Amino acid sequence: MNKNSTDEANQPDRGRREFLMKIALGVAGVSAIAASVPVLASFFAPLLERPPGLWRPVAGLEGFEVGATRLVSFENAEPEAWAGTTARTAAWLRRDAAESFTAFSANCTHLGCPVRWESEAHLFMCPCHGGAYYPDGSVAAGPPPKPLVRYSVRVNNGNIEIRTSPLPITTIGE
Amino acid sequence: MHTIRKILRWLEDRTGLGELAMRVAKHPVPPGSKWAYVFGSATLFCLILQVITGVALALMYQPSSSTAYQSLQFITERARFGRVLRGIHYFGASGMIVMVGIHMIRVYITAAYKYPREVTWISGVFLFILTIAMGFTGQLLRWDSNGVWSSVVAAEQLGRIPLIGRPAARLLLGGDTIGGHSLSRFFSYHVFIVPAFIFLLVGLHVYFVLHHGISEPPKAGRPVVRDKYRQWYKEMLKEKGVPFWPYAAWRDLLFGALTICVILGLAVLFGPPGLTEPPDPSLVHTTPKPDWYMLAIFALFALMPPRIESYMIVLGPLATVIFLLCMPFFSNKGERSPLRRPWAVFGTICVVVFVFGLFLTGMHSPWSPKFKAMPLPASTIRSSDSVVVRGASLFYRKACLYCHKIEGQGGDTGPDLSAVARRLTADELKLRLVNGGRNMPAYGGLMTNDELKALVEFLQTRK
Repeated sequence: MNKNSTDEANQPDRGRREFLMKIALGVAGVSAIAASVPVLASFFAPLLERPPGLWRPVAGLEGFEVGATRLVSFENAEPEAWAGTTARTAAWLRRDAAESFTAFSANCTHLGCPVRWESEAHLFMCPCHGGAYYPDGSVAAGPPPKPLVRYSVRVNNGNIEIRTSPLPITTIGE
Repeated sequence: MHTIRKILRWLEDRTGLGELAMRVAKHPVPPGSKWAYVFGSATLFCLILQVITGVALALMYQPSSSTAYQSLQFITERARFGRVLRGIHYFGASGMIVMVGIHMIRVYITAAYKYPREVTWISGVFLFILTIAMGFTGQLLRWDSNGVWSSVVAAEQLGRIPLIGRPAARLLLGGDTIGGHSLSRFFSYHVFIVPAFIFLLVGLHVYFVLHHGISEPPKAGRPVVRDKYRQWYKEMLKEKGVPFWPYAAWRDLLFGALTICVILGLAVLFGPPGLTEPPDPSLVHTTPKPDWYMLAIFALFALMPPRIESYMIVLGPLATVIFLLCMPFFSNKGERSPLRRPWAVFGTICVVVFVFGLFLTGMHSPWSPKFKAMPLPASTIRSSDSVVVRGASLFYRKACLYCHKIEGQGGDTGPDLSAVARRLTADELKLRLVNGGRNMPAYGGLMTNDELKALVEFLQTRK
């Protein structure tokens, strides 16, 4: 600090300068916060908006034998126009009785890998870490911590419909 | 020539950049800073290569969930040198991870993290984490079936974070499911957010290296004494130091250039990883697998006891990072020579062997059912008994063959059953099939009595 600046700092209007500095810092802080609101909103948008659960037709009743398990796919709720094929989700659908169906998520509850139905073995099997599930979705072998997640399913005007749901995420302790 | 010199003089007068560059280039380094010191700069060379090839790829890549796959096909199959470009970016990422790993091991073995370079080490640990993050987010940008399912796996791992698991998974994916926002987010993470932190930390890391000077090669019996080290280092540099350029820099330059040559060679020879099926989460007949640098973690999750796994998915990496960050505070003075730190050397060897072992196991993935297994041929069945033949057929159809080997055919999840009849009687086999085992489904409710009998008959022929 040179002599002039030292003198300047000791001048009687030092209080005014400090006040102006506080004002400047305050305005800078407010502007930074204001600018960061839309930035943070874009980052946290997935937590602020929850798409509704929608019923999607996945198959007809005809030709679906009782006891059979089929892979069905459906569109997620409110997919973006640019989602392309990623707008789709798969589920394993079983006809338990004439009007009764069970729909399982195709995601292994271990780490989310796609489980496949082995129709002759009557097992759902995961290719990643060897998880296996019984036909009712309960764990048969391997590391999955809980049974396969089920989707809501209904019959509506001769169509089987599945309710869209979030990707099943296993949390700690489940 | 005179005019050019005049322009350069003017530029130097107005910017001072030449003087700064010379000060950096000519800064003294300790004598003996030889080949062990080249891995940090090789990492930087790889980073520069990644930035350049990444920019070139971004000229053609479409960061949209609906079109990224087609743009990758275009880059790989039609763009001029596109295949090589993708290959360089892939092997460049691998090179960067290898170099940063070796650099960290070198710094640890020679205890270069000790006083006064603790913060340099900490910045390096963060750079290591960011390098892995770049590798993983880069794999997701390879937006095929593997990319889609790998992002689901990543979301599941985040889901294990206590209290904020589900929100963290949603933030990663950009929503409740994979969709239009997912790839835009991964692109943003890979191209803007993570690189911004990398550039910031590389700048700081290099500044810290210049500020404290390159750590001198360790010598047994010459410990770091906190009160005396700085003065000793200053005097040593004054007395014996050599200018970084050209005495030490040529090794960095040569090794960095050779590293890039190897990356180019691998890219030309092998090309980039092939694309799998299109990015459609409704295609479930696929087997997601991470790139090689995540295989060790992939293997660890498969081998860990399931009851602790959910906790270890978060606690394991967290504990590792905390250990690495705290290490210079537990041990920041004393001997630096590996000859006087045998436990440090032993620990490093154990970690390297452990990680490499997990990597090899991950390559083989013995826990994964072998879905491509074919029915057992007559030459393996070696029986014309209709019950035995039916049992052999059931062994395939009931998915036993996915997990068990018979004479070299089948999976590795369960024990090899080529000679199971020597170990187990028919009753024992039946009991095992009906009730299942430690990691085997109970087939009691999944088979008829006839099927069970045929399967046991077949297994009884395996002697």
